[in-house]
Amino acid sequence: MPSIVETQATPDGTPTGPIAASLKDASVKFGSFTAIRGMSIDIEEGAFYTILGPSGCGKSTMLRLVSDLIPTASGDVSIFGKSTEEARLAREFAFVFQDATLLPWRSALKNVELPLEIGRRRGIKLPIGNKTPRELLKLVGLEGREDALPHELSGGMRQRVAIARALVCQPKLLLMDEPFGALDEMTRDHLNLQLLKIWEETGVTILFVTHSIPEAVFLGQKVMMLQAHPGRLREVVDIDLPSPRTIEQRDTQEFVQYSAYLRKLLETC
Amino acid sequence: MTAIENMQAADPELDIERALERRQKMLAIAVPLGTAASLILLWQIGVRLFAVPTYIAPAPTDVAYTLVDKFPILLANFWPTLYESVLGFVVGNIAAVLIAVAFVHSRTVERAFFPIAVFVNTIPILAIAPILVLIFGPGLTAKVVIAALICFFPTLVNMVRGLQAVSPQALELARILSASKSEVFWKIRLPSSLPFLFSALKIAATTSVIGAIVGEWVGADMGLGALIIDATFNFNSPLLYATVFMSSGLSVLMFATVSIVERLVVRW
Repeated sequence: MPSIVETQATPDGTPTGPIAASLKDASVKFGSFTAIRGMSIDIEEGAFYTILGPSGCGKSTMLRLVSDLIPTASGDVSIFGKSTEEARLAREFAFVFQDATLLPWRSALKNVELPLEIGRRRGIKLPIGNKTPRELLKLVGLEGREDALPHELSGGMRQRVAIARALVCQPKLLLMDEPFGALDEMTRDHLNLQLLKIWEETGVTILFVTHSIPEAVFLGQKVMMLQAHPGRLREVVDIDLPSPRTIEQRDTQEFVQYSAYLRKLLETC
Repeated sequence: MTAIENMQAADPELDIERALERRQKMLAIAVPLGTAASLILLWQIGVRLFAVPTYIAPAPTDVAYTLVDKFPILLANFWPTLYESVLGFVVGNIAAVLIAVAFVHSRTVERAFFPIAVFVNTIPILAIAPILVLIFGPGLTAKVVIAALICFFPTLVNMVRGLQAVSPQALELARILSASKSEVFWKIRLPSSLPFLFSALKIAATTSVIGAIVGEWVGADMGLGALIIDATFNFNSPLLYATVFMSSGLSVLMFATVSIVERLVVRW
């Protein structure tokens, strides 16, 4: 069943449903450079957020902040009510990089199993997913390629292995940093549809950074538009397109209007 | 059977392509072999034509005869050198890998010891060999230490590079998975250093033989190095050449072994 959370927006626009991640006046500094200033947003559980913005607006920085790769300079970030570090140790979230970042000496299956091998001996409690690594590879359409080494797979296939690896600990929040940015149009369309299917099947909350306006509209229930210099939140646009999304929807009047609106907004960021 | 024949008959173009490919492969082997054979022939003709005395330069046929005739002696001297080379190879490379690991884990250790490693590497092996023989005596130990020393530096440098050649994203992945330092080492750093390690091991495979032979020159009564010295002093050139041939064979054997292991281990 699609696990789309009914948005019951309060008058000031903040959601009242369960919150996956929450940024409160969060700032990030690299030395004297302010990458993100005073960002506040509540991420609704189960929703698909896409993140757009010009270069240098802190899209990737925001994901890195949420995933505990970089610290806040001020403000507060919490994930399911925990600190980012606690959430990291509990494997509440997973990350998919632009580059698949597979270990080249491990087969597809072994790469998916990696998160299950790490931390086990130190007694870190791993949330074992209800799907085995083999089933996850099947879910991303790589049945029969379990034993292939990364160099024997195409770019799109490698990225699908990376997605399967991200899902293996059954994360509640999936952070994706331009995962399909390096792929060709056809592969990208295919993976977009597959990702939507996975999202509906698992009910995971997704934060998805992209450069592509059509991709942002196609995937997102909500598009976060960020502004540069310094990076901050400009606007959250609700995308009210019928679900499940289809490739054909891209030619509809509504889709084109959303794209046009976002393009204009992006020009002013 | 008939189906296969039919398929081949049905595709004459593929047949021609295959034949061409086979020809290419044959040429790739035939050309260097032919060149080597011609050079040996030229040497044979040159030695006979100018009546060069055997003690100055023996004819290839003389060397081949000695190789067969003195094979028991050559083999008896082959084993000690093989033993010293392999032992030196193992000791030198293990030491280099362990020290590389220490360097990667601690910048202080690297700062303290890397200049010393560079300095030791700059001393010519021929110059340090007598010192080592004085320290360790004329037995096996000195040769193993010399062979180990000559293997050590290339492996150290390559291994340090290999352990550091991990992509920043792989390290970010490790951090998101809350991997410990030792997990990062065993699951990411060590495997990704293997291609670098094997490049170094291939160098060490041949240099360890050089080390063992140099060690034997300084003081030994067995081994290919000792036989080289012996043959030279007795003007026994055919035996000298045959011994050199055996030494080179030993290097090739070591190199081939490492290459085969590499192919089995580094499959990516």
